[in-house]
Amino acid sequence: MLHPDDIGPVPWAPLRPLPGHVSRGRLERVLRRGEFAVTAEINPPDSADPDEIEHRIKPFEGWVDGINATDGSGAHCHMSSIAVSALLIRMGYSPVTQISCRDHNRIAIQGNVLGAAALGVANILCLTGDGVQAGDHPEAKPVFDLDSTSLLQIIRLMRDGGRFLSGRKITGPPQVFVGAAENPFAPPYDFRPIRLAKKVAAGAQFIQTQYCYDVPMMARFMARVRDLGLHERCFILAGCGPLASAKAAKWIRANVPGVHIPDAVIARMEGAKNQRAEGKRICIEIIQQLREMPGIAGVHLMAYKQEESISEIVHESGVLRGRIPWHRDLVARLQAVETQEA
Amino acid sequence: MTRAEDAFPARGVARRPLPRGSLRLWSVRHARGLNAVYRAAERALRAAHPLFARIGYQRLERPVAHVERAVKTALFDCRMCGQCLLSVSGMSCPMNCPKGLRNGPCGGVRDNGNCEVHAEMPCVWVKAYEGAQVMGTVPRLGEAQMAIDHRKAGRSAWLQAARGDAAP
Repeated sequence: MLHPDDIGPVPWAPLRPLPGHVSRGRLERVLRRGEFAVTAEINPPDSADPDEIEHRIKPFEGWVDGINATDGSGAHCHMSSIAVSALLIRMGYSPVTQISCRDHNRIAIQGNVLGAAALGVANILCLTGDGVQAGDHPEAKPVFDLDSTSLLQIIRLMRDGGRFLSGRKITGPPQVFVGAAENPFAPPYDFRPIRLAKKVAAGAQFIQTQYCYDVPMMARFMARVRDLGLHERCFILAGCGPLASAKAAKWIRANVPGVHIPDAVIARMEGAKNQRAEGKRICIEIIQQLREMPGIAGVHLMAYKQEESISEIVHESGVLRGRIPWHRDLVARLQAVETQEA
Repeated sequence: MTRAEDAFPARGVARRPLPRGSLRLWSVRHARGLNAVYRAAERALRAAHPLFARIGYQRLERPVAHVERAVKTALFDCRMCGQCLLSVSGMSCPMNCPKGLRNGPCGGVRDNGNCEVHAEMPCVWVKAYEGAQVMGTVPRLGEAQMAIDHRKAGRSAWLQAARGDAAP
């Protein structure tokens, strides 16, 4: 069931190198094989207890190809994305480590890229980051020494050029699959495809978008992306997630930067008897439409405080078409078979 | 509240309240004319290079930077980053972005085109796109800018243009 290229000697070890691949992680392989990929996101715990991470990812087990470890999302303080990633790797998962430019300068970030790669991180998502005003420490100093585009350039230089931005040599370059975010739903709309092209030129190999609740708008964006040929130069994973209620949807629209929810979606939520179920149904319908949209290589699920619904959404939408992503039971079963054979 | 743009305060100018930027917005609307003036000024500066070299760039740095700051602060709310991007960014100074973004807008721009951080301020990159359309330089928005050099803050971009080592 699992592709042989995706099985390493032990779950936490890097996979055997493959030609045409920059990383030794599973996500890149799934995408390059042309499979429709599913990634999901966990918000790291406000805790030093590693068991809380295991608890949070349980609902995704066997349903996703990568798990994003957010980096102080919404400018709130949580466990660091690199530590969360290292813990996920230890369990055998394939994390997408988010690096935001808000909290570190170029010296710290380049050090973190090396450290993350050394701990087994194969995927890095480069973000500018939310402003500090959105978080729990609005009095903090925002760093923004780099932006997402210059961060992409720097990681590519480190990986392919084997050098720091300063020009100093790196003896063991980080083998990472590099991604960026894009928001097709925020103004200036005509600038967004240009900005995506810029990120791709700077080194982005995969893209995860902001929440998509407006499929026609996504279709207009993707038409432009295809005109520019960008879908052939990067893998685009569309962001999706279930809305918990009409009230929550209105709150998100008003308070979370960059999330666009059309009135029709809110009206549909308001008209539903069971709003939570309706939110899930809307999410599934959007995923199914995105699955058919040319140039979309996968979906990225963000179900804040509804993590348990992710497996249901992936299952009921049928996007995996029967494919089962890596999970721990599968490894245990494989090992059992191998012991029997021996 | 701490603001990232305060990393590039206009020196000698008292810290102003949030940039309302009426003149800055005027500058974007008149980006084409201003760009023409800018191009002419750049040619003049290049032509003046031998003269500047005779006087000595070191000696000119302070007075020229002083004049440049006064003019560009008035017209663009310039932050004297020393690596001027105005001709790329449609005459909308990107250093007014609270995140100091030099490669385009972040994903947090509000539906009305205003800034995620300062709800009452138009996003500098929404304005940059408008300015670039007026100037006919939209393709230049696609040029990726490298990470900023913080050592150049406060230095004259005009003198760098005269020397021929200036950015755009």
